[in-house]
Amino acid sequence: MAKYLLLKHYRGAPAAVNNVPMDRWTPEEISAHVQYMRDFADRLEKSGEYVGGEALAPEGTWVRYDGEGRPPVTDGPFAETKDLIAGWMVIDVDSYERAVELAGELSAAPGAGGEPIHEWLELRPFLAPQPTIDECHG
Amino acid sequence: MDEALLRSLTPSVIGVLVRRGADFAAAEDAVQEALIEALRVWPADPPRDPKGWLVTVAWRKFLDATRADAARRRREDLVEDQPPPGPAPATDDTLQLYFLCAHPSLTPASAVALTLRAVGGLTTRQIAEAYLVPEATMAQRISRAKRTVSGVRFDRPGDVATVLRVLYLVFNEGYSGDVDLAAEAIRLTRQLAAVIDHPEVSGLLALMLLHHARRAARTAPDGSLVPLAEQDRGLWDTALIAEGVAILQAALARDRLGEFQAQAAVAALHCDAPTAEETDWVQIVEWYDELVRLTDSPVVRLNRAVAVGEADGPRAGLAALAALDDSLPRHPAVAAYLHERDGDPRTAARLYAEAADRAPHLAERDHLTRQAARLNALLRRSAESASSAEDR
Repeated sequence: MAKYLLLKHYRGAPAAVNNVPMDRWTPEEISAHVQYMRDFADRLEKSGEYVGGEALAPEGTWVRYDGEGRPPVTDGPFAETKDLIAGWMVIDVDSYERAVELAGELSAAPGAGGEPIHEWLELRPFLAPQPTIDECHG
Repeated sequence: MDEALLRSLTPSVIGVLVRRGADFAAAEDAVQEALIEALRVWPADPPRDPKGWLVTVAWRKFLDATRADAARRRREDLVEDQPPPGPAPATDDTLQLYFLCAHPSLTPASAVALTLRAVGGLTTRQIAEAYLVPEATMAQRISRAKRTVSGVRFDRPGDVATVLRVLYLVFNEGYSGDVDLAAEAIRLTRQLAAVIDHPEVSGLLALMLLHHARRAARTAPDGSLVPLAEQDRGLWDTALIAEGVAILQAALARDRLGEFQAQAAVAALHCDAPTAEETDWVQIVEWYDELVRLTDSPVVRLNRAVAVGEADGPRAGLAALAALDDSLPRHPAVAAYLHERDGDPRTAARLYAEAADRAPHLAERDHLTRQAARLNALLRRSAESASSAEDR
């Protein structure tokens, strides 16, 4: 099994095919989208491939250490050009192919006009913790 | 197995151990272990005297832990025999536990966790699940909390206001996990009301009951949020409402008003209206005036602006809103609502979208996005019909 992180972006991803902001959909289209996302997570839970997922608020802050005895420096809100993550989901699947298949399904969530959004999702493999076999048979 | 009974016995069993000489932290650990054993053993083999069983098992766990500790520290001079039970009645123990677990030296998150375990009798795993954090994290939070209160005397009276704040936090967490924290908060507040006579305890209990009564109507079958004005009032739990109103009236009659009683009064006025249109907004504004006087909270002022908008019209509501800082949570949502009622859907749509961006809950964000979408669709339709009228 291998873990993958699926990232959905508010900004910074290539433009989706059906690229209409959500507040320009009809209320029914929004409901259909929310239902699709919920069903997707439920299905993954049932298949034993769901690890976790959460949505993120669009605002955020940069923070860094500023030396002993000083409070951390903060910089925010984010600039309009910054790549901005909207949410994450972690899946635990048998193969890269399965991860791609699931990301594709998630990207097919319906948007404006009830049509799939074709949204670009970022798929990132986790680095596995240390191996249990330390002999390298070349 | 009666898990509710098991949980309700928890504080008094801790009290017995403390009076026998255990310190609070060790007693609480021992009772937690006894609870876990009860959950395992009772379904097949229920005891005749549940409290006696818990006391015996917890005391044995305490002695085992003490002996192990003593062995480690090479000290063998600790209690062996069972000291006689002390004279204090169990109700005092329960009350003392509430005070200790809500001690002002604890952070709110720690006080909540400790209260749910020591007073509520929930296991660490159940609390962790309810707050969606790993069990090890919750276990650490609880043991840190116990270290923080380790020097606090068990027999000192505490401040009931701190206890009420903790219970209110538990109630507000709702029901995201397996444990229904809203129902648990009600149970703990009922139990508190049984051991202390205080109008604000009644006020909080009434407030919880009145909100809980509307729970079934608050969510649509698809999981989306249904605002108060659009709820199917037939789904409201009339028995809970009647109980909440009765408790509130008895509290108000004592003429020692506090913020929970005033909030419950607002909730009662909503519950009392057969339809949203029949809501007595004038009285609600008066209760918000009381709340502003009692708390001077900006969030209360924001809610008051909504009520003023209903009682005296959206312009009056917007005027009340203008005096408030627009960085307040839910400020754009309130502004959007009032602007729509004032006949300005364009501004309202923009503010609803802004409110969705700033919403703290997913369900709330979806709801606000839908509101923006609804108005944008309306504006599109009126623009289309205007342009087709020009074409003709």
